[in-house]
Amino acid sequence: MKLITAIIPEEKLDEVREALIDAEIERITVTRVSGHGRQQEIVVQRGKKVVPNLIPKVQITIACNDEFEDITVDTIIRTARHGGGEVGDGKIFVQDLKECIRIRTGERGGQAI
Amino acid sequence: MTWKRSLLAAAALGAACPLFADGNGPVNDSGATAWMLTSTTLVLLMVPGLAMFYGGLVRTKNVLGTMMHSFAAMAVVGVLWTVVGYALSFGPNALGGLIGWSRGLVLLRSIDHTILPAGVPEYAFAMFQGKFAIITPALIAGAVAERISFRGWVAFITLWVLFVYCPLCHWVWAPDGYFFNLGAKGAIDFAGGTVVHISSGAAGLALALFLGVRHGYPKTAMAPNNLTFTLIGAGLLWVGWFGFNAGSSIASNLETARALTVTQVAAATGALTWVLIETIRDDKPTSLGMASGILAGLVVITPAAGVVQVGGAIALGVIAACACFGMILLKNRLGYDDSLDAFGIHGTGGIVGALGLTFFIRDSWWAEAAAKSPGWGILSQLKVQAFAVGTTILFSVVMTLIIAFLVEKVVGFRVTEAVEKTGLDHEIHGERAYGLNNLN
Repeated sequence: MKLITAIIPEEKLDEVREALIDAEIERITVTRVSGHGRQQEIVVQRGKKVVPNLIPKVQITIACNDEFEDITVDTIIRTARHGGGEVGDGKIFVQDLKECIRIRTGERGGQAI
Repeated sequence: MTWKRSLLAAAALGAACPLFADGNGPVNDSGATAWMLTSTTLVLLMVPGLAMFYGGLVRTKNVLGTMMHSFAAMAVVGVLWTVVGYALSFGPNALGGLIGWSRGLVLLRSIDHTILPAGVPEYAFAMFQGKFAIITPALIAGAVAERISFRGWVAFITLWVLFVYCPLCHWVWAPDGYFFNLGAKGAIDFAGGTVVHISSGAAGLALALFLGVRHGYPKTAMAPNNLTFTLIGAGLLWVGWFGFNAGSSIASNLETARALTVTQVAAATGALTWVLIETIRDDKPTSLGMASGILAGLVVITPAAGVVQVGGAIALGVIAACACFGMILLKNRLGYDDSLDAFGIHGTGGIVGALGLTFFIRDSWWAEAAAKSPGWGILSQLKVQAFAVGTTILFSVVMTLIIAFLVEKVVGFRVTEAVEKTGLDHEIHGERAYGLNNLN
């Protein structure tokens, strides 16, 4: 099992989510997050240029069985990228997932995902 | 000047007896003036109220963009009205009565010393009317929320006020206006059922159809981001509406109190009815339903506040809530995107009020009408009302479409899909409504 964490631009959330649903990845968790990478966004406030050090992004967390890893990652890359790719398009982290438990039934492992 | 003499008629709908001091012209009535200045302030308070009402209903990414639509109306029309708007609306008939015009009224120069026969400085009347001109285009924003550009909106409301609001205002409220002189005692529009609500509602519907639906509508859920705002906005609108309706008597007297009373009753009845419908139908009274019902009640009583009594106000409140609720269900079935129900509530409520008031007019009004035009009855007045409503809808829809077409071609009205997805706040204004989720 894998735990896939993707940090994507806010405006891409709908597109990514719709594409994931089309690819039958329907169990996801979404959070608003702030952070910084290489992207710089200049904001003008009362005529003064300000560079916020934290930029809002959306984080998607998906737990899946091994065979779904590729399609999930590919779908996110395809839909979250701006055109040919821009700084700020985000990152995807894939980790091995030790255990998954469905609280309602107590099932464990791949079938609980 | 004839228009000033005739303003008496408009001003003294409620007839605070004009106070003359030995032929030196009207004397200032401090009571009436104080109330008119208060009313003017109250009506302006409705605009930020509307901004909050609409701002709470859109998605998180469009809050500031949506609130800016209302504030843009305050800024744009706030200037436009004093420069030419008042001259176009309350000048004497020009172009065969299509509009008013008086050069002296440009920049309000000629009213610098004028006290109206109602005992109110004309500045107070002009500013009071100016607030109506501000809120009317602001109402339209609800129909096209979340998908229009700021500059397109500014261009649109500028043209719309000049070519739709001012002519309509002239027809209905200028003493030599066409609707003002229909039938026995004119088409009844106490505080703007046709001029404000039907015209903006119909324009909103036309604009929503012209611009098309938001990306993803109706498949994607577009839930309100903050109904707390919406409730506060509805509250501000309710309070401000006392100025809107009771101020429209241009006096501080019996008629003012009558208008205030029925306004309160209709708003409360509308809210109760809407929440009751929801409870029966879906088992849950919602805060959005409460806010919508308040608005439906306030809109329906707007044209009627001068002629109906408490019983009629309750009846109209109930009918309006049912009609507006039904119109929103119908919208969902038809699939057009009147995003925040500007037509659903203002258009529908305005039409119901302008027509429905005929059945609840107080007896003394009928007596006066019959004295002027023997045999004047419900049916004859209903015809006058229907004519005013129909003409308003037709005029507003046609002119709105022409203006929208021009704006789309010249400055661009609808934003690109990319801007729509990211949200107006960030893309157009470079800001975000809420810092809460951003740790900066």
